[in-house]
Amino acid sequence: MANIKELTKKNEPLSGGHRACAGCAAPVVVRQALLASDKPVVVGSATGCLEVTTTIFPYTAWNVPFIHNAFENSAANVSGVETAYRALKKRGSFDKEVNFIAFGGDGGTYDIGLQSLSGAMERGHRMLYICYDNGAYMNTGIQRSSATPFGANTTTSPAGKKIPGKTQFKKDLTKIIAAHNVPYVAQASVGYWNDFITKVQKALATDGPSFINVLSPCRLGWGFPPEETMEIARQAVACRIWPLYEVINGTWKITFQPKEVTSPLDWMKKQTRFRHVFQPGNESILQKVEEQVEKEWQELLRQCGQA
Amino acid sequence: MSDPGYKELPKGGLILEGGTAAKYETGDWRSQRPVFIQENCINCSFCWIFCPDSSIIINDGKVSGIDYKHCKGCGICAFECPAKKKAIIMKSEAEIEG
Amino acid sequence: MVTKEKAARTGNEAMAEAMRQINPDVVAAYPITPATEIVQIFSGYVADGLVDTEYVAVESEHSAMSACIGASAAGARVMTGTSSQGLMLMAEVLYIASGMRLPIVLAEVNRAISAPINIHCDHSDTMANRDAGWIQLFSENSQEAYDNMIQAVRIAEHPDVSLPTMATTDGFIISHGMEAIELISDDEVQKFVGKYQPAHPLLNVDKPITAGALDFTDYYFEHRRQIAVGMANAPKVIARIGKEFGDKFGRYYGFTESYKLDDAEVAIACLGSTAGTARVAVDNLRSRGVKAGLLKIRVFRPFPAEEIANILKNVKAIAVLDRSDGLSNFGGPVFNEIRSALYDLPSRPLVVDYIYGLGGRDIFVADIEKVYQTLSDISKSGKIGDLVQYLGVRE
Repeated sequence: MANIKELTKKNEPLSGGHRACAGCAAPVVVRQALLASDKPVVVGSATGCLEVTTTIFPYTAWNVPFIHNAFENSAANVSGVETAYRALKKRGSFDKEVNFIAFGGDGGTYDIGLQSLSGAMERGHRMLYICYDNGAYMNTGIQRSSATPFGANTTTSPAGKKIPGKTQFKKDLTKIIAAHNVPYVAQASVGYWNDFITKVQKALATDGPSFINVLSPCRLGWGFPPEETMEIARQAVACRIWPLYEVINGTWKITFQPKEVTSPLDWMKKQTRFRHVFQPGNESILQKVEEQVEKEWQELLRQCGQA
Repeated sequence: MSDPGYKELPKGGLILEGGTAAKYETGDWRSQRPVFIQENCINCSFCWIFCPDSSIIINDGKVSGIDYKHCKGCGICAFECPAKKKAIIMKSEAEIEG
Repeated sequence: MVTKEKAARTGNEAMAEAMRQINPDVVAAYPITPATEIVQIFSGYVADGLVDTEYVAVESEHSAMSACIGASAAGARVMTGTSSQGLMLMAEVLYIASGMRLPIVLAEVNRAISAPINIHCDHSDTMANRDAGWIQLFSENSQEAYDNMIQAVRIAEHPDVSLPTMATTDGFIISHGMEAIELISDDEVQKFVGKYQPAHPLLNVDKPITAGALDFTDYYFEHRRQIAVGMANAPKVIARIGKEFGDKFGRYYGFTESYKLDDAEVAIACLGSTAGTARVAVDNLRSRGVKAGLLKIRVFRPFPAEEIANILKNVKAIAVLDRSDGLSNFGGPVFNEIRSALYDLPSRPLVVDYIYGLGGRDIFVADIEKVYQTLSDISKSGKIGDLVQYLGVRE
């Protein structure tokens, strides 16, 4: 558990003055993650909202060493930084203890960067990869990714007269990384800061690769008022569309049980990207979502030995 | 002052110091302004931990104000404030200026 | 006096040997024919403790170069090796390596690119990436491959240059061809390359930097202009290091190598292993009284335009041998650059292009002699005929 009073005494890792939209969750993900570290952190990021908005030359919001390389290679890039660290340490030309965190959005992680991430996880670098999942290519204007939820309207899965938004369910990336048998994998929500920070602390304490998939609502792409970013992030947990869990050395555990379980449809109703699925004639979409959420929840319970 | 030429810039597109974005003011993006009411504050720091723009000024674990140079007025701080009487409320910039 | 040892080495072995002696901090690589052996041999050195390099066996060439970029930005001396499709997969990040001014050294084995898939030598891969902001050194044989690798470290890391550098060999012809080469002692190599002193390492956590920032229209041009300055500074550095290498180890290196060009009336210009074949052709023609000469280009990037123009200014007819096709209806890249280099001469030689040797198609002394014959005809008639021809292809 993180102590917020202690956290407030730390140096601010990310300055204001970046150009993320008002109410963007990504900078909050970064602040919470970096505050979790007791050692200096070196950060890498994939191309995407986070990288673009925080590093517009000559302005950088990063108060820690930061490197951006390309879109699909955040994991490989940081694995190189981490390797250099080990090499220079071994040769006595560097003597500090450092944590390494790679960030990527869902586009840079679920899609184009999946191979790079898989490789870095398999090789066992001591690095934490954090995917801030906002469920589409938000930086380029809300195009669908494999993380976009079923039914969502995006600019490349538009809700049209014949096709009602995205016709595929979201890829389950957290489980894919868990299948790499890395020592620490977790799913988190930016709205539950203590759960997320605790997970980052566990991940950074891991002697090996770790991965956290953190839900990072995008008010523009999802369509909700900016002040509700954290609330939407919490409601995704409450309706079990985004359960919070961790996998430590192969042992699965749900880290947060919502007091009151809500319907995923209530969560969807709050977002304009799902507006069309509530139109008459789209009832089957709603049914499919409910069935899928329930199926995945039961599977998670089984994996956690709670079924 | 004009922007530096290529002979003056560090090589490789590097920015040689951290946090220079603080020099860039995003406060004028705001249409709503969070106003801090000290006496209502219960010092939970939730506004601070959820602020996307690092704009909650905090000293010794206590909120002391808001950095209006960078705050974009998203309203997360006011929304998240759990105090019975909100310690941050949103006011329209137009009204304040008007 | 430096210690010299004669040893039989293939191009790949020679490059791996140089890497062992350089003992870089980090190597991140992915195997690909015909460059596989370089990283394979090197990983053996790592496994046996002959180097203390951190070796990263990545899952693709794209990740190889991406990891090299991360490691180099962190402050490490970094090397890798690849070929063909591997270099093509790296292409995106090759540009990032130079844009970030990272002195990564790459052992590149020139190989054809798909389709059709082919594992043999041509220069299509390296030429496709000629404008990536990398220094490109071509090698005629294993000895040059070895020497180029060692010099590449110094060239790339020179603060006036700060550009990644690839030393290339020709696939199979050099990479797998055994030759007697002269090795430099480990100590001497270490002394020659020295210790890498990065200016702004990312790992300096006390002084955080941001690398890879976004430029809008207000800064991008300036940052790209700086890369051109690095390339413009490179000739001086390459020349100085080539001379220093020669003074120490007896083998001098410049940008080009002229063979019997002083009084030549007809000349061929080429890169890499073909120079050896062309030299024999020149000797044969000279014995028959033909004033033939040869220009071998070692450094393709930066392109030594002025030097080439100066060397070729009195030649009447020139054939450029291009081991890659520009598919532009206007000849290969080497032809275009050489021809352009000659443009400012008061009296310009006639120049034709021969695309040859694609996908490892052999080129024989007789083929090259035929080219010289054509050049003699051109020189006499003053007529070029076909500007671009294909040498050694079945019709």
